[in-house]
Amino acid sequence: MTATAETAPVLALGDDALVLSHRLGEWAGHAPVLEEEVALANIALDLLGQARVLLSLVGDEDELAYLREERAFRNCQLVEQPNGDFAHTIARQLYFSTYQHLLYARLAAAGDGSGPLAALAAKAVKEVAYHQDHARQWTLRLGDGTDESHRRMQRGCESLWRFTGELFQPLGGAQGPAEDVRPGSRPGGVGDGGLGDGGLVVDWAALEADWLSSVTAVLEEATLSVPDGPRRGAWSAGAGRQGVHTEAFGRMLAEMQHLHRSHPGASW
Amino acid sequence: MSTASVQRTSGAGQDQAPRPGSGAPDTAALEAVFDAAVAADERIEPRDWMPDAYRRTLVRQMAQHAHSEIIGMQPEANWITRAPSLRRKAILMAKVQDEAGHGLYLYSAAETLGTGRDELLDKLHSGRQKYSSIFNYPTLTWADVGAIGWLVDGAAITNQVPLCRCSYGPYARAMIRICKEESFHQRQGYELLLALSRGTEAQHAMAQDAVNRWWWPSLMMFGPPDDESAHSAQSMAWKIKRHSNDELRQRFVDICVPQAESLGLTLPDPELTWNEERGHYDFGPIDWAEFRQVLAGQGPCNDQRITQRRRAHEEGSWVREAAAAHARKHSGVRTEGEAAA
Repeated sequence: MTATAETAPVLALGDDALVLSHRLGEWAGHAPVLEEEVALANIALDLLGQARVLLSLVGDEDELAYLREERAFRNCQLVEQPNGDFAHTIARQLYFSTYQHLLYARLAAAGDGSGPLAALAAKAVKEVAYHQDHARQWTLRLGDGTDESHRRMQRGCESLWRFTGELFQPLGGAQGPAEDVRPGSRPGGVGDGGLGDGGLVVDWAALEADWLSSVTAVLEEATLSVPDGPRRGAWSAGAGRQGVHTEAFGRMLAEMQHLHRSHPGASW
Repeated sequence: MSTASVQRTSGAGQDQAPRPGSGAPDTAALEAVFDAAVAADERIEPRDWMPDAYRRTLVRQMAQHAHSEIIGMQPEANWITRAPSLRRKAILMAKVQDEAGHGLYLYSAAETLGTGRDELLDKLHSGRQKYSSIFNYPTLTWADVGAIGWLVDGAAITNQVPLCRCSYGPYARAMIRICKEESFHQRQGYELLLALSRGTEAQHAMAQDAVNRWWWPSLMMFGPPDDESAHSAQSMAWKIKRHSNDELRQRFVDICVPQAESLGLTLPDPELTWNEERGHYDFGPIDWAEFRQVLAGQGPCNDQRITQRRRAHEEGSWVREAAAAHARKHSGVRTEGEAAA
């Protein structure tokens, strides 16, 4: 199953939602407080709903989720990172929901210019606003809570920092980030938000600047320091979008796909 | 609010101890008002006077119910990450989430009687309060998710629908909402099994195996036979409970037999036959030794379930402490310890 230039960005966003939903689903029965059992499941369900819409724009949702090999997934590496402790999960949520909110807000604002993504973006932006608020509230509580929670939250933010650069690589082209897709590359426009011939027409540099300022504001309010390590590296940044993932991802897929693959052709 | 409940509430708050010397007659009078309200099928509300034993029975029952919801998340959450289609995964996640929500309503309902969630969780974790024994059985295959929905949630609904008319208001109201969601759970379980039963040979066998393992434990969910049930008579008198264990069990069997036929699955009881005279299905003897063993902690998953629950609670303690510390810092309220420091 090969994604076309048009579907590649849709597949990438669908895989992000699918994989993060799965990770959040792993929390069921393990959350630190009953309210978080409800909240984390809620976020996981929103993301799964988004994933199903996005994957269905590309092909059959179950074939895409259950029958692709690890190297064919286009999600960013951030979302596949194991849950770690609650602070680690919240750091992942903060980074990703801030990105998703900024991106979907642009795609929703572009309306029909976002093509098949318009309707999804309009709905998802509201859900993701809640996810971002949830992550922000917990970042504040943990960052500015006890010494232990501060230490854990800081560690979560630091260890995931290097996976955040990848989020702002332009999404387009069937083979991953296409070099020829630039912000505003559509004829006659510097449009921010939309689906161009070769991928999403988004001003990625502006998106990244907004992301950085939003995340910085939350971390500072939470009395946390903004990590100073690189956000891109030879291996970590940009690889997921090209199908190169981290070790834990293969294991996650093995669990997710095992039952479906054990009964070829069966319907459930 | 009815006249009777106004009388019950006014000047009869739970924290107002009867005056020395006049306690006995006052209590007798309050008890008479309480009994009359129960007899008239009125709801008892949190601020109404109620006998201590009534309060204790309700707290015990609501706590056990709440604990069952949150322990009951485990066997099903066991399959979230392996659900075989995205549609099934969404349904299962929503169901497990509902159970957490039910736990929240029920702990809140218990709180109206003056017992907080922390205290109840502590009793669960230390083994002083129980949860439904059914969750001490393992979910070994995907079909178990269907069998739990169809049979376990089906049995729970049979037990719980009458609780919507329970004499204690907050519990009755929580149960109305819970029963609506449980009914969805039961239907999804049935529908899941139907898909398996009509699927490939391997899927059909998986469904039959699950029903074979869950049928008898589901019948045990109604509790011991009426003549051995410790709490039943008093609970019936108080209208906390409306039907006996055996009555509800029979009702459940009568509902399940035709459903099993529609599913194309058999129930693992050779003695299951229609009794024209009784107008009910007869069924074989239940292995009460197994029931008592599981209840006593010797079931397949007792240790595993409570260990996971304790671990989640202990590993989450720093998160709860952080939330409390943050709230204190930002509300200007300081604890005694901090003020002294």
